[in-house]
Amino acid sequence: MMKKLKLHPCGNFKERYEDELHVFSTDFGKLSSMIGLLLLFSLVPYVGGSYVLYILNMMGIAAIAAVGLNLLVGYTGQISLGHGAFLGVGAYAAAVFATRFSAPFWMAVPAAGLITAFVGLIFGLPSLRLKGLYLTISTLAGQFIIEYLLVHWENVTGGTMGITLPAASIFGIDLAEDRSFFFVIYMSLAGLVWVAVNLTRTKYGRAFVAIRDNDRAAEGMGIPIFRYKLLSFAISSCYAGLAGGLWAYYMVSITSEPFNLLLSVEYIAMIIIGGLGSIAGSIYGAVFITLLNEGLRWGTDFLMNTSLFPEIGLTIAPIREFVFGLAIVLFILFEPKGLAEVWRIIRSSFKLWPFSY
Amino acid sequence: MDFFLQLLVNGICIGLIYGISAMGFVMIFKASSVINFAHGELLAIGAFLFLTLVTWAELPVYAAFLLTLVGSFALGFIVERLFLRPLIGEPLIEVIMLTVGLASMFKGIMLFIWGGNLHTFPDFLPETLTLQWGTIHVPPVYVAALIIGLLFLTLFGLFFKYSSQGIFMRSVADNQSAALSLGVHVKRVFALSWGIAALVAAMSGIVLGIMNGINVHELSSIGLKVFPVVILGGLDSIGGAVIGGILIGLLETFTGGYLSTSLKDVLPYIVLVVILLVKPYGLFGLVEIERV
Repeated sequence: MMKKLKLHPCGNFKERYEDELHVFSTDFGKLSSMIGLLLLFSLVPYVGGSYVLYILNMMGIAAIAAVGLNLLVGYTGQISLGHGAFLGVGAYAAAVFATRFSAPFWMAVPAAGLITAFVGLIFGLPSLRLKGLYLTISTLAGQFIIEYLLVHWENVTGGTMGITLPAASIFGIDLAEDRSFFFVIYMSLAGLVWVAVNLTRTKYGRAFVAIRDNDRAAEGMGIPIFRYKLLSFAISSCYAGLAGGLWAYYMVSITSEPFNLLLSVEYIAMIIIGGLGSIAGSIYGAVFITLLNEGLRWGTDFLMNTSLFPEIGLTIAPIREFVFGLAIVLFILFEPKGLAEVWRIIRSSFKLWPFSY
Repeated sequence: MDFFLQLLVNGICIGLIYGISAMGFVMIFKASSVINFAHGELLAIGAFLFLTLVTWAELPVYAAFLLTLVGSFALGFIVERLFLRPLIGEPLIEVIMLTVGLASMFKGIMLFIWGGNLHTFPDFLPETLTLQWGTIHVPPVYVAALIIGLLFLTLFGLFFKYSSQGIFMRSVADNQSAALSLGVHVKRVFALSWGIAALVAAMSGIVLGIMNGINVHELSSIGLKVFPVVILGGLDSIGGAVIGGILIGLLETFTGGYLSTSLKDVLPYIVLVVILLVKPYGLFGLVEIERV
């Protein structure tokens, strides 16, 4: 006897709170994500070449951090301009654990997540007294202070030389290859997305949303705002730390250079372009920004290497910065809800065809 | 002692320029509650515009200066009209990110046109501007900075006190809906504040360019240094911005002189965090009791 498959109703017929809380509103959603995951792990790593896998891995790392940032910004409504620095804290924490304490990969990365969560907690402390743009500015200061420490706390971080990590291996399996690292990154991503999606359904996630929508009303309803804001900071930085730890192992050697303000801005751009307050949106945004970066780099390289216009290639390099800014501006002006909303509109126009109302 | 006095004078002059560039930032914030992350880029654009007019178009210095001010005013006006106006009433993060995006766009355009190298202005300040008190030597740029700074402070003081547009701007800053109901054209005030902010930024960009040379990255990073300045002075206080600027300038030159040059760049931000924790509305900011 087969269970009757649930389909999309032609309207909103939810009668109970449990219906609202479903991750997948139909069985097809569940089925298609299962198939998607299966294809991701069984087909993609064997079809893609090493360059494709490299881009996919960078995307996966970016997506982990972006999901974390979206929990803080999109769900709790606290704008952070220091996410790039937290990624750096994670990367350095993993590197220090791996080199100083010769911790194995499976210990160093989660430890990096915990350390970063703790650092995030410290930089979340100003939220005790500050909100809105004052908090944003204090996270900006956090970005600069962490950046300074990464360069100048030399006996821990190795200064401008950075740290070189030992090769990653997990349970005896060597992770030096792009393909084997692909599995680590995407399994972590899948697990962390699962945690994030379910977190938003629990009392914690709902408290976050309440704080975002109206902090006074939330307080009035008995939500200890400060504790939840700190929790949100910690969770978000933990995601950044895990992503940073994976980054460090994947890149093998790290310096403080990439973890600058631009990276923080890139992450904010990801969640805005993807869609604030949407876990799927964070992934779309990570994919979009990584592809944009890679496409622009490819375009510049291509123009520089063609014998016809090498000088055009050189002058066109700053165009990357311009296009990046333009993408942010255009999304904010024309589709502030991001790619998640675009995807929803496309889907519903298929669903409602030919009788859209 | 001489070293101390020299640092003091340098700090005050640099701080005044910080204060003046922060003034433009505060003006935008006061009028429209927008935090402008593209302020450093506006500053750099002003400096480069002046450079182009002086070296490429070979205009006399005063004509180039006036044209730069007019051009920057127009730029600020256009930016508000095209990008900021559609976002009136939108959430904070979108407005902040829009200015971040604008900053990135401006930087790209500037790097495309002028490249990332260090440019210098031709020497046009007369040597007679140099001040010499005993062993303390004040180069002409610093004297010019002092003069321009004080001049613009007075001009803006008068503008806000007596001109009708200045009074409109103050009224919007004070209470937007009350101003609206009394017939103040609030959108025009927004545009005007962006124009004036860009103009002021351009001017401080020129002065900083004469001091340290013109480089896209250097000048745009000044836009971020504005944050400690305005937080120290109080986000919505124009006078506070100037005093905050001088304090941060002094802090920077003294750390640079006595402690280390690398600490100099991060110390303002540490001060920023401390002030935010202890006295978030700054020295002269309007205290709004808002429990978190």
